Amino acid sequence: MTPLLQVTDIAKFYGHRIGCKDVSFDLYPGEVMGIVGESGSGKSTLLNCLAGHLTPDQGQVNFDTRTDGLRDTVTMSEPERRMLSRTDWAFVHQHARDGLRMNVSAGGNVGERLMAVGARHYGDIRDSATDWLGRVEISADRVDDRPTAFSGGMQQRLQIARNLVTGPRLVFMDEPTGGLDVSVQARLLDLLRGLVREMNLSAIIVTHDLAVVRLLADRLMVMKDGHVVETGLTDQVLDDPQHGYTQLLVSSVLQV
Amino acid sequence: MTDYNFAYLDEQTKRMIRRAILKGLAIPGYQVPFASREMPMPYGWGTGGVQVSAAVLTPEDTFKVIDQGADDTTNAVSIRRFFEKTAGVAVTEATTEASVIQTRHRIPEQSLRDDQILVYQVPIPEPLRFLEPSEVETRKMHSLEEYGLMHVKLYEDISQHGAIATSYAYPVKVEGRYVMDPSPIPKFDNPKLEMAGIQLFGAGREQRIYAIPPYTQVVSLDFEDYPFEASKADCACDLCGATDSYLDELIVDDEGGRMFMCSDTDYCANRRAAGHVGAQGVPAQGDAA
Amino acid sequence: MINVENVSKSFTLHNQGAAVIPVMAEANLQVAAGECVALVGASGAGKSTLMRMIYGNYLAASGRIMIGDVDVAQAEPREILQLRRHVLGYVSQFLRVVPRVSTLDVVAEPLLATGTDRDAAHARAKTLLANLNIPERLWALSPTTFSGGEQQRVNIARGFAYDYPAMLLDEPTASLDAANREVVLQMIEAAKARGAAIIGIFHDDAARARVCDKEIDVTGFTPQAAA
Repeated sequence: MTPLLQVTDIAKFYGHRIGCKDVSFDLYPGEVMGIVGESGSGKSTLLNCLAGHLTPDQGQVNFDTRTDGLRDTVTMSEPERRMLSRTDWAFVHQHARDGLRMNVSAGGNVGERLMAVGARHYGDIRDSATDWLGRVEISADRVDDRPTAFSGGMQQRLQIARNLVTGPRLVFMDEPTGGLDVSVQARLLDLLRGLVREMNLSAIIVTHDLAVVRLLADRLMVMKDGHVVETGLTDQVLDDPQHGYTQLLVSSVLQV
Repeated sequence: MTDYNFAYLDEQTKRMIRRAILKGLAIPGYQVPFASREMPMPYGWGTGGVQVSAAVLTPEDTFKVIDQGADDTTNAVSIRRFFEKTAGVAVTEATTEASVIQTRHRIPEQSLRDDQILVYQVPIPEPLRFLEPSEVETRKMHSLEEYGLMHVKLYEDISQHGAIATSYAYPVKVEGRYVMDPSPIPKFDNPKLEMAGIQLFGAGREQRIYAIPPYTQVVSLDFEDYPFEASKADCACDLCGATDSYLDELIVDDEGGRMFMCSDTDYCANRRAAGHVGAQGVPAQGDAA
Repeated sequence: MINVENVSKSFTLHNQGAAVIPVMAEANLQVAAGECVALVGASGAGKSTLMRMIYGNYLAASGRIMIGDVDVAQAEPREILQLRRHVLGYVSQFLRVVPRVSTLDVVAEPLLATGTDRDAAHARAKTLLANLNIPERLWALSPTTFSGGEQQRVNIARGFAYDYPAMLLDEPTASLDAANREVVLQMIEAAKARGAAIIGIFHDDAARARVCDKEIDVTGFTPQAAA
């Protein structure tokens, strides 16, 4: 099996400071990888390098494209990369308002990606938008409401629908449950798990919430000061951490 | 003549504007940035159109200005006088006699010929602006031909109003490439954007010039199941009886009485002179002014 | 089916003066298909540690842990995930699930993960829950609010939903009443009969005697050097 994403030796510097360095891993279809670490550990920098929002200073991010097989997304042309990010990639922001158009209706938000790849039939676009709202548990009669009228959890679910409507294969998530209260988090986690399984999605989830990765991620990558200090199976890393920093991180979680 | 340089602007500036115009004609629908000058009128009164007119006028030209189709509004009269004074060119209200026509928010009903230039005043040249506030992003979207967002606007229209409610500044795609704002002309005028004359668009405050060369394909954006319609009030002109022209609605008394009449005053006057009479019109007395 | 060879394990506590605590050395164990092996030994002797290493939950320091032809001690995460999905089942003492998910879905999940269609997976889950005497009115609820015994039975149902060729059972009959204990023991016997290789930890002597073919005392794997 070919990896969907093959990351080799990624580094990003901010002047003399290290954003992230020496990051390499393979992600296979259907795999969900968590990246954990404290604020400033470089996990968001890494995610942005992988998703094409930042240009890494070195390294390769090879993605298994549908037409040409593995292609380095760092060196591919910008139109190609932007096309990927509208079709095969999805990016779920921590704050829904960063990933939504707040002055456009829910249906328009979901439909945008379809229209971006050429859909020109209003009825069909609206039907898929309504269908997707249903899949993220937003009732069809909210299709013409703007996200400003939605709760935080609904906004986040809308953002997920907007991202998944074109059937992407790789989803980047930056603290997808951050800022939501715990009952809403649980619902969102369940939804994401179901979608990941049904659509055979691969995902990279950046979070500092170890409970979230335990439930969502198959594998874990622990980052500190821009470096990867430990990788492995999620439950193995959390239950039998090898690196001192991971041990500290795991033992610092408040028990409920 | 006066002490002004011909058509107010200095020769260097006109040359700079002409270069922008030529570039615009070479890349139909593409917004060319230019170093817009301060003009002796406020922004929003047609400073972009005036600079374009100044750059294309020659002493032999005959100049016409319309504002929403009318030759006799303050804006139109002021701009016409401005060029009379600074360029000494001949002026006219007759569409067929003009070689350069500056317009605000209309295209004349009379088809233009290939020796005529139509200059539009443009308030906001960027059709994507209201959905994407970042200029960096909109320029990138134009360069990569990412126009999905434009349809989001039309989608929103249909979802809220049951039909595409955008009735003016209706977005078009020029020669299969650039999505363009045709300035706030009524969508009734959109089909006329494919014409024999040269069309130049000037946005003074936004410092952009763009153009449509003669006989260029201009397609109004729409959905397969909600096709574009060039709509107008479903009436005839009360003065000249025309059913094929764009109409203004005028409230005539405090009892709600109203009448419809051609927004293009020259077109209406010509029809009346030719003997056409509308429901509330009176036969022409031989003077078409 | 399961073959543990010369496995050792130590914990390094980096945040407590980098203390190294050896907990296991030269562990050896073989389980054939259709066989059930009990791990015995005093509390803290390393029964759960060994079982977790076999499951890949703990990292082995050295040695080989073969499940079929996969060496858990060396395998990539995705190989272990694949193994857990199709070959190696585990019934732990604790139920760890996403809150809000219904009991039926929790039990059906291992089947859905292997590509079983939804209706078949739910049918199987219903049979298991009924056999384990979980009242039907609870099936639509999340098991997070259930009693300890109910959670334990949901866990067992989930662990037995898919017919794994190898299974690890950590105290499957603890906190169960006689009737449910009998159901679970029969399920274990049935699993053996279809050829599953099973490793179990049972504090219940009678249960152990009934289903296990041999006992391995993990005290024998205690490192001699340990203080």
